[in-house]
Amino acid sequence: MPSAEHFALKYLRREALPTAFCPGCFNGIVINALAKAFEEEGVEDLRNYVFVSGIGCAAWIPSPFMKVDSLHTLHGRAIPVAVGVKLANPGLDVVVVSGDGDLGSIGLGHLVHAARRNMDLAVIMVNNLVYGMTRGQQSPTTPPGLWTTTTPYGSYEYPMDVCRLLAETSANYVARWTPAHFNRLKESIKHMLFRRRRGFRFLEVVAPCTTYVSRRRGLRPGEALKELLRKSVRLEKPGKPGSGGPGERIVVGVFKDEDKPGYLDLYYSYVERARRGGTHG
Amino acid sequence: MRSLLTGNEAVAEGALAAGCNFYAGYPITPSSEIMHIMAERLPRRGGVFYQAEDEIAAINAIIGASWAGAKAMTATSGPGFSLMQEGIGYAVMTETPLVIVDVMRAGPATGQATKPAQGDVMQARWGRHGDQVVPVLAPSTPQECFDMTVRAFAIAEELRTPVIVLSDEFIGHGREVVEIPGRVEVPSRRRPRGRGEPPFDSPDPRVAPPMPPLGEGYYVLVTGSTHDAYGYRDTRGFETHYRLVRRLWDKIWLNMDKLFDYEERNAEEADVGFVAFGSTARSVVKAVEILEARGVRAGYVRLKTLWPLDLRPIRRLAEAARAIIVPELGMGQLILDVERAVRGETRVVGYNKVGGGEPIYPSELARFALEVLGRA
Repeated sequence: MPSAEHFALKYLRREALPTAFCPGCFNGIVINALAKAFEEEGVEDLRNYVFVSGIGCAAWIPSPFMKVDSLHTLHGRAIPVAVGVKLANPGLDVVVVSGDGDLGSIGLGHLVHAARRNMDLAVIMVNNLVYGMTRGQQSPTTPPGLWTTTTPYGSYEYPMDVCRLLAETSANYVARWTPAHFNRLKESIKHMLFRRRRGFRFLEVVAPCTTYVSRRRGLRPGEALKELLRKSVRLEKPGKPGSGGPGERIVVGVFKDEDKPGYLDLYYSYVERARRGGTHG
Repeated sequence: MRSLLTGNEAVAEGALAAGCNFYAGYPITPSSEIMHIMAERLPRRGGVFYQAEDEIAAINAIIGASWAGAKAMTATSGPGFSLMQEGIGYAVMTETPLVIVDVMRAGPATGQATKPAQGDVMQARWGRHGDQVVPVLAPSTPQECFDMTVRAFAIAEELRTPVIVLSDEFIGHGREVVEIPGRVEVPSRRRPRGRGEPPFDSPDPRVAPPMPPLGEGYYVLVTGSTHDAYGYRDTRGFETHYRLVRRLWDKIWLNMDKLFDYEERNAEEADVGFVAFGSTARSVVKAVEILEARGVRAGYVRLKTLWPLDLRPIRRLAEAARAIIVPELGMGQLILDVERAVRGETRVVGYNKVGGGEPIYPSELARFALEVLGRA
């Protein structure tokens, strides 16, 4: 019998719905991409997953909306909590979902070190270009010129490219898409969660805050989506120019895709060495 | 089994005996030996040792590990302990069993990294923002480092709370004989009886709610925000917040009888009484012997639990004594409790010194007591 229910509901806590996100927020698209990825992979329920998030709008994606074990941690600390969960129970699939402020500013040290260690985690950073939850302050990814509540005359700092930063570490997988690239986004999630099962896998989703970026710039969500598509440049075709406005170009694509041993692989061989009584490599 | 151990070694042995199977930490003097031992022992016995990128990562990693079912601990010292405070607050709010060992050194700031102090009493109790209570145990000897670390795990598991063991550099690096029992029993946290039993509420505030394991379909919602019995955030209502914070508060305070521990001598007949803890209490024991040999009726209360604190033993000491001396390796924090207990009815004087690894010698304490009695 065909179900009349939306397919995503089996992954969601219906008592927590509707979400608290602003109308037009791209977090809904991220949830949709996650749900579609699980659905297409035939995942019945998320009981073997643990989602860990920090503080900020993106951190609400799993908690409380997804029907999964979730830890909503301190600001910036999703990664170390996720590390603790994964190392203490490697059988769990641990996924971090948080924002650019949480992972790229206050939690950046943890992010870089988890990537350096090729820690066995999948991390989705939803980059809304500002601190949305606290009313639109400048974040480390705010493009030059963008109005924010702490740069009311236009942001003047150099923004950070988290993907390029992490691609320089030992991370196995680094990719960036936008909500306008829905299929690519979903395929990246599937790749991170089901094809590459080990090491550090990182996906950035450039999803400008509907309320504090797009609306402020006079763009409705649909127009913001179209703009994302226009501004996006494929990593493998860097020649194509961007099309004006803050964050002239968004370089999208897969920055890195490897299958090196992850942290746990290395730790297990270390443990073997320890058990054999050796002290030197 | 009898072994000659430093306090730091005894902490590590106690943790391993208690079943600690996850350690995360960051190097810092004078606690690093605890980390070295865990690094050597845990991987060989199926546990996890993790050297974090900083103390913030260490405390948060043991929070994650604890939720994943591990008996988890970290050890640190002054500056690292400061960095861990927010994480400890999160562990209180989420009712996460943890053991945190702080081997105190001279501060503030970097201070004297290799020198002892007792200046973290108030930070151990009140270092986090918001209302919360965390049990704080204070060993005086390597033997107590072992025993209290075991006890810290038992309390953490039973009450689903972080527990702090407040050692110092003297004890951490001092070496004494430690009796290690052949078998140590530490209870494990209770799991929910069924899917319906709330993981964040309890009909009896003295009893911790059950802790659901991850990965078994409980779909547990863990959050540091104000939450209801099932973990759903309520960041607006009075009722949910007051109910939660009140219960977390009562969970520790109403278990005072279980948590509070002390040792006393001549408490009801001393002319001069001492109140002390940790390494300083060792000098107090000797000072009292010196005074007794000179015919002075002296006594002491040695606090083995610093929080929650039962003031009654201090009050009893004050009823007989003409003066109470509170020696501390610092400018005086415990003395505030003694003054609060005594309520002005007996003279309370501090004996304070800190820095350079200078202990408070028993002889100087005895001399000071005679002076105080002469003036009293």
